[in-house]
Amino acid sequence: MEQAEVGSAYVETFIQLTITGLANGAILSLAALGFVIVFKATGVINFAQGYFLLVGAYLVWAGMVQFNLPWFFAVIVALVVAVLMGLATERFVLRPLVGENVISVIMVTIGLAFVLQGLVQFIWGTEPRPMPAFIPRGTVELLGVPVTLNRIWAVVIAGAVLAALTLFFQRSRHGIAMRAVADDQQAAMVVGISVRKVFALAWALAAASAVLAGIIVANLFGASGEVAVFGLLVFPVVILGGLDSVPGVMIAGAIIGLLVSYTAGYVGGGLQQVIPYIVLVLILLLRPYGLFGEVRIERV
Amino acid sequence: MSSVRNGDAGGQGRSAPAPGGPADTALMLELNNVEVIYEEVILVLRGMSMQVPEGKIVALLGSNGAGKSTTLKAICGLLPSEHGEITDGTITFGGIDVTHTDAAQIVRMGLSLVMEGRRVFGHLTVSENLVAGAHTRRDSHADDLDMVYGYFPRLADLRGRTAGYLSGGEQQMLAIGRALMARPRIMMLDEPSLGLAPMLVSEIFDIVQRLNRDLGTTVLLVEQNARRALNIADHGYIMEQGRIVLEGPAADLADNPDVKEFYLGIGESGQRRSYRDVKHYKRRKRWL
Ligand SMILES: Nc1ncnc2c1ncn2[C@@H]1O[C@H](COP(=O)(O)OP(=O)(O)OP(=O)(O)O)[C@@H](O)[C@H]1O
Ligand SMILES: [Mg+2]
Repeated sequence: MEQAEVGSAYVETFIQLTITGLANGAILSLAALGFVIVFKATGVINFAQGYFLLVGAYLVWAGMVQFNLPWFFAVIVALVVAVLMGLATERFVLRPLVGENVISVIMVTIGLAFVLQGLVQFIWGTEPRPMPAFIPRGTVELLGVPVTLNRIWAVVIAGAVLAALTLFFQRSRHGIAMRAVADDQQAAMVVGISVRKVFALAWALAAASAVLAGIIVANLFGASGEVAVFGLLVFPVVILGGLDSVPGVMIAGAIIGLLVSYTAGYVGGGLQQVIPYIVLVLILLLRPYGLFGEVRIERV
Repeated sequence: MSSVRNGDAGGQGRSAPAPGGPADTALMLELNNVEVIYEEVILVLRGMSMQVPEGKIVALLGSNGAGKSTTLKAICGLLPSEHGEITDGTITFGGIDVTHTDAAQIVRMGLSLVMEGRRVFGHLTVSENLVAGAHTRRDSHADDLDMVYGYFPRLADLRGRTAGYLSGGEQQMLAIGRALMARPRIMMLDEPSLGLAPMLVSEIFDIVQRLNRDLGTTVLLVEQNARRALNIADHGYIMEQGRIVLEGPAADLADNPDVKEFYLGIGESGQRRSYRDVKHYKRRKRWL
């Protein structure tokens, strides 16, 4: 009798940890997708990607709490600001650097990360802002285990956006143009694709998807510096998935999400905060192209 | 009588086309004394002038490094992406000055380039490559897909394949098909025969000829394979060190003793000369 009780508690914990992990993983994938888009299309390694999440979280908090907007409008406003932020980053920060070496570009994106963080702290301060519930917070039974609704919504929203973006890359004219530019810029120019517009689009998409991820995170944990800490997990995800692989980023997001969740649940002691970076280092040592990094096609 | 004539070495004041020259019909593309410099110091085109009449096939021949690809890149607005610049002269397309027009705009105007080395989008499928080729089109391009598959039935069988893994010949077909998707008025091909087996070269040249005949597409063909190029061309230009040194109707050029000597590899004795002989001879005698 007692045995069975312990067993079912064990299963329950496991299911809950799994769902938490997958939810976090879906958000991570969404956040990291923008990084991959920018890297693929423009070749830039964007160290500011995690801080776009922070901006998103505070924007939606400000929209709802400071401006009393309905949550829907607050999200729309945050996304519009995100797109503008992405476009401005491309136009004023990176375009002047075209042709500069990789290290300078990386330094500039690191600088951008500090600027974004500083800006958020300057405008909204550093104390955590609890978020009014806008995604329903109740619980539902899933596989006989109570699960909070906002996690399920996080998975649904992140999944839907990832699916839409995948479709966009496979089917739409602009999606194919972006992949063409990622493949061969000059050949893309020769078929009339404006490389400049593709770069702008890449940054806009990157910022928008990250801000959306930031909004979902804020809904789970409130708006605080923690969002940026969560955003930094983008790097282990993209390194694990391969810097340029969209499917890779989705799978790696799930892996890192689960890993953090299980470590927190079964080991604890703060190891969960370190484990993604241990993975990062291991991958860099063992498989620098990640699990799914695109193979350079060498036949010609 | 042959109407082959030497290009004016300095390229100065070249305006009146020779009688019987390529300018009898409407001009589609004209280069006038074009000078191109890479990296602000490397002078590559030195007064390049040529004319491509509407509806014709024009061959541009010349040895390695003569500046053929540079000429095409200059026309297409690709030089800025290679730290190159047109520093003098003009390029007109259908009477409009396009000397400094950007690449995307050039394609919209009806000028397509099939680049040297094929340059298909390796990670895209065959059909995605073709869709990318129609990027500038606002109207439906379903018919054009069918047309391309009609010209290249092999591509139709391979439409779902990743382009990077196609054979060289298939990639060349895809590159031409992709350019065709933009519905160009003029198609420029940079060494389409490069690295292909003779059979495939014939097939590709055959299709180029058919595109010209059926669709009325003007063709500017850059080639090392002078014999085959002159075979399908109406008019030919020979380029050396950044300018035209010889031009004429293709048939006359193919008969020209110098051309035979240097580009067709046939000596006056009618024998094929070895490359080294030709090289040696070339050093002694230049058209310049
Ligand atoms: N991006 C560049 N920067 C500097 N020099 C260049 C560049 N591209 C070409 N050149 C130089 O310009 C000259 C002409 O090159 P181009 O590619 O136009 O020759 P080509 O006639 O096409 O030769 P090939 O038959 O070998 O393709 C060469 O000497 C080459 O080294
Ligand atoms: Mg060339």
